[in-house]
Amino acid sequence: MALTETPMQAERARTIYEKSKPGRRAAALPAAEVPEKPLAELIPENLLRAEPPRLPEIAEPEIVRHYNRLSRRNFDLDSGFYPLGSCTMKHNPRLNERVAALPGHARLHPAQDPRRAQGALELMWLLQESLSEICGLPHVSLQPSAGSHGELAGLLLTRAYHADRGEERTKVLAPDTSHGTNPASVTMAGYEVVKVATNEQGGVEMDDLRARLAENEGEVACLMLTNPNTLGVFDENIAEIAKLIHEAGGTLYYDGANLNAVMGHSRPGDMGFDIVHVNLHKSFSQPHGGGGPGAGPIAVSDRIEPYLPRPQVVRRDGSNGHGPFFDLDYERPKSIGRLRGFQGNFGVFVRSLAYILSLGGDGLSEASETAVLNANYLKARLAEGRAGERLPIAFDRHCMHEFVLSGKPMKRDLGLATLDLAKRLLDFGFHPPTVYFPLLVEEALMVEPTETETKESLDAFAEAIEKILAEAEGDSEIARIAPYTTPVRRLDEVKATRQPVVRQQLD
Amino acid sequence: MTRYTSATPDDRREMLDAIGVGSAEELFEQIPEPLRLGRALTLPDGIGEAEVYERLAALAARNADAEAQVCFVGAGMYDHYVPAIVDAITSRSEFLTPYTPYQPEISQGGLQVMFEFQTAMSELTGLPVSNAGLYEGPSSVASAGYLAMGATKRRRFVVSRGVHPHSRETLQTYSVGYGAEVVEVGLEGGLTDAAALAEAVDGETAAVILQSPNFLGAVEDVEALGAAAKEHGALLIVACDPMTLGILKPPGECGADIALGEGQPLGNRLDFGGPSFGFFCATEAQIRRMPGRIAGETEDVDGRRGFVLALQTREQHIRREKATNNICTAQALNALGAMVHLAWLGRQGFRELGELLVQRTAYARERLAAVEGVELLHGAPVAREFAVRLDAPVGKVLDRVAGRGIAAGYPLGREYPELEDGLLVAITERRTKAQIDELAEALGAAVAAEREGVAA
Repeated sequence: MALTETPMQAERARTIYEKSKPGRRAAALPAAEVPEKPLAELIPENLLRAEPPRLPEIAEPEIVRHYNRLSRRNFDLDSGFYPLGSCTMKHNPRLNERVAALPGHARLHPAQDPRRAQGALELMWLLQESLSEICGLPHVSLQPSAGSHGELAGLLLTRAYHADRGEERTKVLAPDTSHGTNPASVTMAGYEVVKVATNEQGGVEMDDLRARLAENEGEVACLMLTNPNTLGVFDENIAEIAKLIHEAGGTLYYDGANLNAVMGHSRPGDMGFDIVHVNLHKSFSQPHGGGGPGAGPIAVSDRIEPYLPRPQVVRRDGSNGHGPFFDLDYERPKSIGRLRGFQGNFGVFVRSLAYILSLGGDGLSEASETAVLNANYLKARLAEGRAGERLPIAFDRHCMHEFVLSGKPMKRDLGLATLDLAKRLLDFGFHPPTVYFPLLVEEALMVEPTETETKESLDAFAEAIEKILAEAEGDSEIARIAPYTTPVRRLDEVKATRQPVVRQQLD
Repeated sequence: MTRYTSATPDDRREMLDAIGVGSAEELFEQIPEPLRLGRALTLPDGIGEAEVYERLAALAARNADAEAQVCFVGAGMYDHYVPAIVDAITSRSEFLTPYTPYQPEISQGGLQVMFEFQTAMSELTGLPVSNAGLYEGPSSVASAGYLAMGATKRRRFVVSRGVHPHSRETLQTYSVGYGAEVVEVGLEGGLTDAAALAEAVDGETAAVILQSPNFLGAVEDVEALGAAAKEHGALLIVACDPMTLGILKPPGECGADIALGEGQPLGNRLDFGGPSFGFFCATEAQIRRMPGRIAGETEDVDGRRGFVLALQTREQHIRREKATNNICTAQALNALGAMVHLAWLGRQGFRELGELLVQRTAYARERLAAVEGVELLHGAPVAREFAVRLDAPVGKVLDRVAGRGIAAGYPLGREYPELEDGLLVAITERRTKAQIDELAEALGAAVAAEREGVAA
């Protein structure tokens, strides 16, 4: 394959600091207007900075060009299919951006007196009520900033719950297939992880669960689960699992990363979960922003409620003919305390409530149904032809919103690793699926199309996979050194870790 | 209401046929029957775009935002002017809608922004290593505590009461989990009590945690206070306000091992408290213990310069329970807003803005101190926020002043019961001399009216 450099590749990366020239500027600031004093009269000399930080010096037109150019070096959801498993890359409605930018939301100070922020508190309360119904659990805290923050919250709630009963438990069970944040959160919350084996359906191996519970009797604080699990399969034993955990005195935690599969169809609370986190940036359409912001509200059962973080948004009945009043409740003596500053990622709440109002209960249920339909259709398409042979489904049954393929035969027969396939997909204009997760599937590809993709996109993706496999049968080298058309080609990630260069050196 | 989906009845038919089922419900049969909801969610049905807009606009209209009221409230989040190019750039699909840059070949834009951002934060704080951002300020303090425990193998934090109350509370919440003890040191004359701090630090101390300017607005002598940490081998963690770092000596030059803080003043809206971002910088020695994502420079196979997520071996998807932190999705778009704002301010503008804040704050402080019934809570040097005492109940005075369209400040009583009469007043470049004069007049009138028992 002839390697001709694309125009984007020819445009080598230059940072904004390399475009800086002394004397250039963009900012136009107001005059001080007040009588000025020498700085050293106001702040002791030894506390002052000698030289200003070396920020770039650059005029506005060039700042705009610089970041526009950089933006074109990103692939994004608005440009094409993005079937990244467990990430729920659904459309980000622009209406939500518009309502979040209203000054009444965007310029509201978080310390505004609740009496003068009734709209914001009512909005949060409405979102709490909606999430409570969707999760099937009566109480919600919006405070956690992301899924991992929700996990930490859930574990701290578990600790508080047991402490209040005079119990100290030290272990948290998590399947070996769980999202990596689960065990990381367990450690941060001061617990020890005990791995539970996975059965061939990707569900909890019941005998192993019983064995772990017996081995650690009285020690198990919690079991963290995702359902549907990381293979995209609903764990049929969930009611039995809940019973076993509750009998052992533990709490059952629901990682809501896969909630988009079941909205309006099945609720974690009804499955027996005590604590659930919801990724508003997954199921509820908050844009991912290239890695945040998100939000990870938690819904909990009655027995966990006393320990929820403070402050909590509450609705108080009105008196003297006044309507209800929304407030921040700090008087929560058993609360685990704060998890962050102020009340949470309110801008994300505005977008998610706009999404829930737009779809309604009926639309949410239909969104999940279409997500499951799309996933099963794409799975069926990929069971045909070369893909069916080289990339078998890890567990052959109807899936929920996502499914996992194994690239093991592809690697064995064509010498093509899952990574190579992923990189070659970039040349075809697709974002690859999640790769090498879950760990129990060799050469895994985890595919989540979401409900907002067309049948045509799904077909085109299946065809691209077919083409890449056909091409590899002829010459597998092509995919092994792909991609060719991206702004840069394969990058040396080892170097970036061995000799990290994490900032620009400036003279 | 069906929204944002494309499947027509014909599409559905064809797809179901390809799957080999008669209806989509069949696909849900893997959920055991008793666990299927079997009814509609009790949420209202979906409504049209214009109706959603009106509904949320009506809620927004019930908030006294900084356009409806002149905002002198700070306490960690400030009503700065966010330049128009920040909105223009952060709303581009290419930055707004991608996921975390797991495929670096098609994520060079976002990764280079992280690298530029890390460089800027490193310059601001005077420390060599920055991550690409954490959730927000207070939880960054808690994450720094976790790092310090790992670095020192000790389990006690000595924290000044000048550190933001939300940071101290969050640190306490996390500490219950990871098993650490938090010892607080009080304030004297608005500043951390140096003698009490020196007394509290010992060989068991993992970190000394300070904030400058502190919560009462006072600029601390970080270098002098930090000596106690150095003496006992504890880390020095300094929370700071990025907007003051064009003027104040950066934490890195004061001996800080970690400098962090709330990033909202840089290119982010108030948003009733979030999303914003936390910044987190450290010495080289801590690079492999850092929380959060870090972009690093490298080359592609043809020798082109490129950027990737570096040091991923710290992260959960590789290290699982041994990860340095559990943080994953953080605040990339908010950090982009900060970078664009900093580029817009530039080296000179950033310093000028810092000076402007100091000058207007000095004026406002003097002006308020001259008002009958208002006195300074402390006389320590300040940069952009200061504290006063009111000779009348603070809540009632705030209500009166709110009636004149002014949010006068942050009442200190809830978090500092000993300062029940305290009010924290913040200045940004949006607060004009005329507004400051009006605040002084309104506060004076409100205090007088309260003292005279005039009905509000």
